[in-house]
Amino acid sequence: MSSSTHTSTISSGSLPSRRNTELLMLIFAVAIPIFAYINVGLAKEGTVPAGVFGYAAGLGCLAAVAHLVVRKFAPYADPLMLPLATLLNGMGLVLMWRLDLEPSLGSTKAAPTQLMWSTLGLALFVAVLVFLKDHRVLQRYTYISMMVALVLLIMPIVPGIGHSVYGARIWIQIPGVGTLQPGEFAKIVIAIFFAGYLMVKRDALALASRRFMGLYLPRGRDLGPILVIWAMSLMILVFETDLGTSLLFFGLFVIMLYVATERTSWIVFGLTLAIVGAVVVGSFEPHVHSRVEDWLDPMKTVRETGNADQPAQAMWAFGSGGVLGSGLGQGFSRLIGFAAKSDYIFATIGEELGLAGSMAIILVYGLLVQRGIRTALAARDPFGKLLAVGLAGALGLQVFVVIGGVTGLIPLTGQALPFIAQGGSSVIANWALVAILLRISDTARRPAPAPAPSPDAEMTQVVRTS
Amino acid sequence: MSELTLTVMRLGFLAVLWLFVIVAVQVIRSDLFGTRVTQRAGRAQPRQAPQQAAQQAPQRDRGRRASRGAPTKLVITEGSLTGTTVSLQGQTITLGRAHDSTIVLDDDYASSRHARIYPDQSGRWIVEDLGSTNGTYLDRTRLTTPQPLAPGTPIRIGKTVIELRK
Repeated sequence: MSSSTHTSTISSGSLPSRRNTELLMLIFAVAIPIFAYINVGLAKEGTVPAGVFGYAAGLGCLAAVAHLVVRKFAPYADPLMLPLATLLNGMGLVLMWRLDLEPSLGSTKAAPTQLMWSTLGLALFVAVLVFLKDHRVLQRYTYISMMVALVLLIMPIVPGIGHSVYGARIWIQIPGVGTLQPGEFAKIVIAIFFAGYLMVKRDALALASRRFMGLYLPRGRDLGPILVIWAMSLMILVFETDLGTSLLFFGLFVIMLYVATERTSWIVFGLTLAIVGAVVVGSFEPHVHSRVEDWLDPMKTVRETGNADQPAQAMWAFGSGGVLGSGLGQGFSRLIGFAAKSDYIFATIGEELGLAGSMAIILVYGLLVQRGIRTALAARDPFGKLLAVGLAGALGLQVFVVIGGVTGLIPLTGQALPFIAQGGSSVIANWALVAILLRISDTARRPAPAPAPSPDAEMTQVVRTS
Repeated sequence: MSELTLTVMRLGFLAVLWLFVIVAVQVIRSDLFGTRVTQRAGRAQPRQAPQQAAQQAPQRDRGRRASRGAPTKLVITEGSLTGTTVSLQGQTITLGRAHDSTIVLDDDYASSRHARIYPDQSGRWIVEDLGSTNGTYLDRTRLTTPQPLAPGTPIRIGKTVIELRK
């Protein structure tokens, strides 16, 4: 039986827990935003800002707590995810504070609120790591997650709790607390549903198909779920006029379907359906239609009225930033107007850090997504694999949708740049997302227990050698 | 603040940001070089050193490239495991009721080490009966010697039917 030894598995070597690497990277990740904070202070006011010690202590404390919790509750988790998320969140806080210094953007200060939301987000991060001992528990709640996701998505349409801001109905009003974007949380919950559902159905979806013109066409009854999700995301698009969320949901489903079945035809299908849906809704729904118009010709209002609106201002911001940027605190992103802290925050990065800085930030997102996909590769159970791919995919899609929208690659949508843009729901949900990824990666990288001695194997050996 | 200081800080910040990215990439280098290929065999094999594993990897790749257009997976079309696929990567596939088989058959008519499917030097896949009690059938004939296996030909073991697919 010597030739049967070619059967091989690839595992990471004797894995060190790498918590010390994480600590070093975390210190680095806290130091960069502090540098940025001092830089903004020097550029805007000519002195090192007085709040720098408070800011450093606050961010440092949050990072330290997160690190200690990971050390205690997920000792084998990936060493990079926490530092990457901390860096992005820290940069987001600095940019909030930097835009707060512009009087023309209004007197409401976004940075303290954002710091509070970040703290809440980290609290949820800690809670997920402490209470979710094994991600496979989530598998039991496959269909409950589906219901929860549907409820979360429908909530903004319900009159009374739904709340419309600048034409998009994606907020709900909670009396006394403020507004919340349920779509951000639905993103995580729906990934759990897709992972649980596809794990059960993937063989039927992958194998039962007819070949037609080089594509594997799935059977009608297997097409059902994808059509339901498609219809659902279109409903979101029509009733909430939220292109971003519907793109996110549909894209997430197609990614996970592709990973589960290894069938390219699903991607072709998904893209066709998404394009058809987007074109139809884009030409009939006025709010979405105006976004598409802005995207096709951002300079139209400049030519007609002489005043530039947001898409044009964002383009100019990227242009004036050039390769190396104007330096933190020295740009003119206040001209973008009211959405400078939320939808258009990437334009500020583009102007003040230039192409070099934007690329670095995009790479940091890319690394975070890569760690998620790497976790999926290392995970031993199919549910964990699918869930990790789904969560990483959701994060990546969201970054693509936002940055693509701001830079003019696709029509702008009302999504928040994860960790950086202003918005409590987004920061909280994304910290929870990172916590679940860390939990899966901890389970995946944990050294496997020695296999139980099998009584069968020994008997077989005796027979073989005789 | 002087222009010079601000310029230095601006470039310094970009440098630090990129340094972070580069250090982060260094940290994940272990994904590529810190892995070990372990051999799962019927009997406990001494674990291979990483260097050896690294030498083996390209060889396996070459073998896979040479056989383009060859079958890529083994599909179970009948029996309790219907729908299971095993991708073929130049490794031997063992079938039987033993726990360490590649495909563990839960079938009353299968022996614990029933059959194996392996590539020969030219990359053809060969099916061999391992002295099973109830026999392995290639299409309709019972196997007595190792036989080359064409894609789409059913192999029957008890109630389980297996095919090579492209």
